[in-house]
Amino acid sequence: MSAGQLPRWVDFGLIPALNLIAAFFVSGLVVLLIGENPLEAVEILLWGSLGYGEGIGFTLFNATSFIFTGLAVAVAFHAGLFNIGGEGQAYVGGLGVAFACLALDRYVPWWVTLPFAVAGGALFGAAWALIPAWLQATRGSHIVITTIMFNFIGAALMGYLLVDVIAKPGSMQPETRTFEDGGRLPLLDNLIPGDFFGTSQVNLSLVIALICCFLVWALIWRTRLGYEIRTFGANPTAAVYAGISPVRITIVTMLISGAMAGLMAINEIMGAQHRLLIEFVAGYGFVGIAVALMGRAHPVGIVLAAILFGMLYQGGAELSFEKPAITRDMIIVIQGLVILFAGALEYMFRPALVQLFSFAGAPAGQAD
Amino acid sequence: MTPAIELRKINKSFGPVHANKEIDLVVEKGSIHGIIGENGAGKSTLMSILYGFYQADRGDILISGEEVSIADSKTAISLGIGMVHQHFMLVDNFSVLENVVLGAEGSARLAGGLSKARKELKRLEDDYELRVDPDALIGDLPVGLQQRVEILKALFRGAEILILDEPTGVLTPAEADHLFKILEVLRDEGKTVLLITHKLREIMAITDTVSVMRRGEMVATRKTAETSMEDLAELMVGRRVLLQVDKKPAQPKEKVLVVDGLNVVDSRGVKVVKNVSFDVRAGEIVGIAGVSGNGQSELLETLAGIRSASKGTVWIDGELIDLEKRDVNAASMRQKNMGHVPEDRHRMGLVTSFAEYENAILGHHNDPRYSNGMLLDVAGIKETARMEIEKYDIRPPNPLLKTANFSGGNQQKIVLAREIERDPTVLLVGQPTRGVDIGAIEFIHKRLIELRDAGKGILLVSVELDEIRALADRVLVMFDGSIVGERAPDADESELGLLMAGVHGEAK
Amino acid sequence: MFETYLHTMILILDSTVRLSTPLLLACLAGLYSERSGIVDIGLEGKMLGAAFGAGAVGYMTGNAWLGLLAGIGVSIFLALLHGFASITNRGNQIVSGVAINFLAAGLTALLGQSWFRQGGRTPPLPKEGRFQDIELPFAEQVETVPVIGPIYSELLSGHNILVYLAFAAVPLTWWILFRTRFGLRLRAVGENPAAVDTAGISVVWLRYRAVIACGILCGVAGSYLSIAQSSGFIKDMTAGRGFIALAALIFAKWKPGNAMLACLLFGFLDAVAIRLQGQEIPGIGDVPVQFFQALPYILTVILLAGFIGKAIPPKASGVPYLKERT
Repeated sequence: MSAGQLPRWVDFGLIPALNLIAAFFVSGLVVLLIGENPLEAVEILLWGSLGYGEGIGFTLFNATSFIFTGLAVAVAFHAGLFNIGGEGQAYVGGLGVAFACLALDRYVPWWVTLPFAVAGGALFGAAWALIPAWLQATRGSHIVITTIMFNFIGAALMGYLLVDVIAKPGSMQPETRTFEDGGRLPLLDNLIPGDFFGTSQVNLSLVIALICCFLVWALIWRTRLGYEIRTFGANPTAAVYAGISPVRITIVTMLISGAMAGLMAINEIMGAQHRLLIEFVAGYGFVGIAVALMGRAHPVGIVLAAILFGMLYQGGAELSFEKPAITRDMIIVIQGLVILFAGALEYMFRPALVQLFSFAGAPAGQAD
Repeated sequence: MTPAIELRKINKSFGPVHANKEIDLVVEKGSIHGIIGENGAGKSTLMSILYGFYQADRGDILISGEEVSIADSKTAISLGIGMVHQHFMLVDNFSVLENVVLGAEGSARLAGGLSKARKELKRLEDDYELRVDPDALIGDLPVGLQQRVEILKALFRGAEILILDEPTGVLTPAEADHLFKILEVLRDEGKTVLLITHKLREIMAITDTVSVMRRGEMVATRKTAETSMEDLAELMVGRRVLLQVDKKPAQPKEKVLVVDGLNVVDSRGVKVVKNVSFDVRAGEIVGIAGVSGNGQSELLETLAGIRSASKGTVWIDGELIDLEKRDVNAASMRQKNMGHVPEDRHRMGLVTSFAEYENAILGHHNDPRYSNGMLLDVAGIKETARMEIEKYDIRPPNPLLKTANFSGGNQQKIVLAREIERDPTVLLVGQPTRGVDIGAIEFIHKRLIELRDAGKGILLVSVELDEIRALADRVLVMFDGSIVGERAPDADESELGLLMAGVHGEAK
Repeated sequence: MFETYLHTMILILDSTVRLSTPLLLACLAGLYSERSGIVDIGLEGKMLGAAFGAGAVGYMTGNAWLGLLAGIGVSIFLALLHGFASITNRGNQIVSGVAINFLAAGLTALLGQSWFRQGGRTPPLPKEGRFQDIELPFAEQVETVPVIGPIYSELLSGHNILVYLAFAAVPLTWWILFRTRFGLRLRAVGENPAAVDTAGISVVWLRYRAVIACGILCGVAGSYLSIAQSSGFIKDMTAGRGFIALAALIFAKWKPGNAMLACLLFGFLDAVAIRLQGQEIPGIGDVPVQFFQALPYILTVILLAGFIGKAIPPKASGVPYLKERT
């Protein structure tokens, strides 16, 4: 039978591990294909991302963004929704963060600006998820398609605003003016003694990201709303039986999801770039899909997956420096392979494992 | 004469379920052969084996005297077997003609095949009085005509044997009568018809021979002319030992549930509950008997607030509830102290991927007893779950275990415990012991009687007549969306069976 | 005055045709896949992969046709990957599409850099490595005939073969879909795979053929970008065209004739945006170029919301087929 039972550790441990190994194995083949040594590449990658303080700092900086976009995808997953629009929601979220920073940075210290920036990023990100959510809930328009469309609409909107409306006066660059100190989050390097993180941009957003992880965990597994979200995602019929409104859950979940994506801008805009600039999301919204898939939509898993991808991005940069043949595009390839094996081919190894385990478990002669 | 179909010792299991046991069957050419049995008796499985949808684990199939192996539907079709499935296998946005030729187009280009098919369709129409507009879209046709297209599909492929699986389930009585005329014409033209049904009236009206299946076994084959409905009803149900439930006579008190003129229309626009009125008193169990698909499920779901009614009123404990209103939902009905054990625990009553304790509050998660403001009181919920596990002897006694890993009986106890322990005024119960082992059945029955004796009103829907007779204090029989009669639970079994089959019914 | 207007109009329409071509090919590709019930958001990736394959082989062999063949080959490979994930393994079709987009974006840039060392692009193709514009007969002679002359010689004539191929693919697709056995079965399997299965037809094989057809057309679409419209592959050169094609497919309600109109409309918007960059529209004023860029997506969302007609996808799309107990 197809729905064979497997031990829990196989379903939650062995299968994801096999999928990941398959993804990295094929990645190794790609490295071989371009004439480099995969083992050497792994070594450079590991050293570049974890071998010294600055490398770790950059790894964590990347991971911060991935935690936010990963949480965005994961929250929606729990309600059975596929939010592929994290990219656009993060981009528009940047606008909210920038508005707060531009309005306040000259008058107040950063810790006064921060709550407004967080609210702005979350609000704008959520707003960008609202229309797709509403259309899905009330008119049945497929949320995958509408969120893709909203990524592009968001990109056009932001392009227009940055070029024609809020660009720094007298500049041809599609970006706002640089924030003053009141619009800049402190770097972690400045908060801890010594110079551990070097010039890396890891900043206070990491703490905010970890707080969000906790909040999402609490929301999903400890609140009544989270209970409703999970019920709706796992069994929509049972949700109706339990008196849960599908419309309300769809919209509320997507708002939370969009808000999480929007907060990614805190790290990039307020934490690192200190100005709103064109295409600052740079595909990190899509990475959230890989992070959420790998992290099995659990905050702890997401933190681990985000660090892994943070390593890939930082180590990959180092790798492309050491081995020019292996450009940073290698990271995109690995990402694609992870999504392929951990997501689309999730169950590829399962039938074989079911056979293996039922074979091992069943006494001989019972095959009849 | 060589029989059209001969089955020898057919066996088929799905996991632990032995759906077909040592089935022997002989179907004469040019006859209408009925196969009758209760839900889950194994009729559909047997026919799916014949049509190549499943392979038998063991046994032989002979078609016109020749042993064959039917690996897929394609083989079945080439052997001259056609099947009209219970759920039509039609493409809604295709025309009749396109549906008929699908898979038998003739050539790579459609034009030739289509015009040939149009002629052939015309001939079939004339020969068998199967009139349908070949250019009409399937989605625009009433179900009766859609079924006719299914028959045409089979005949177009040269079917000599036609299997119909519960063909009248979706038809009005007039449409059903028309179908029977068509089947008679087919027989007179030399075709063999296999009719799968659980309706006695149809068997008596149309078949030449009838075989009875019960719990995966073929228990009898009779000439229809030499048997009677009573006879068949008994064969179908079997002389089962009545489940003994220790119960005192009921002491009904005030009316806690009153249903007046309830009508429900389903998503297809079909009226599934027709003008149903009844009441349930505190301290009694009212059973609704009937073959599944006669509106009981919809009735139950409407009272639970899951479906909305098109017309009708309901009083719970004297309070009027307007079921047509939009703000009625499962949560608002629960607030009126209406408990609900749904018919299908997997689809509706449980989230099987949740831990046991999480299912202990499904539908009651907004109850202040289980929450602190926005937060769930997880410790309290686990405590409640533990208490219920102990009280209902749910095994294994682990509230953290994933619900899917409990046996059917224990899963049902989880649902039952949840709904009973919320102390409902009225409890709606659907199929409480479906897929449940004997031990758990006894336990569940006892609990329901206890609840009754505690002065609650219980509305019980079950397709198991035994269960209704064992538990209910009054029995209402539902047929085709209406309540066709009320009987005492110790009424003659065959009389109840006939009512359930839509015979002797006097619709209220 | 009229002459200038006509000339401007013809120029815009001419670039509309050029810009619509890759959209149209990709849109028809998606049509085959989605009509069979396989949702494909990986059109972008397949196009990009094909553009790279065609550019690389076109450069190395100096033969446009070999380039096209390579482009189609790459695209079919990616399509089969999608098929393996979504048909054989019954995986999530959206996730598979996302993965293919990532794979194509990464691999093309990576291999491009590794093989050609020009920042992920191929070197400029030799003339023979590209598809050349074709002059239709008498284009030169009739050029001076008023109105019709310029329309014929500038708008209709002077495109490369892939443009004509793309527009010829529209009636061909219509014919395949509605006039052949394969088309009938394809449409049926996207609506009700169980009906196809019980009619004795293999659902799996039918869907594989559909994704292969999708691969072929995406291959042509991508090749057009690198070896017909421009002379070589550039990193990320599809720039979202696969998604516009997807939008066009929805906008066209999965019909070939509509697909052509939708792609022409979206191509026209693109052409106008390029033309109007920095110019004012008389009577309206300055319309930001981004508005035209976003318009295809906005229109599609409005359509999806059911405010202008209703876009109803094939009923079985996105749902893996599993034989069930009846």
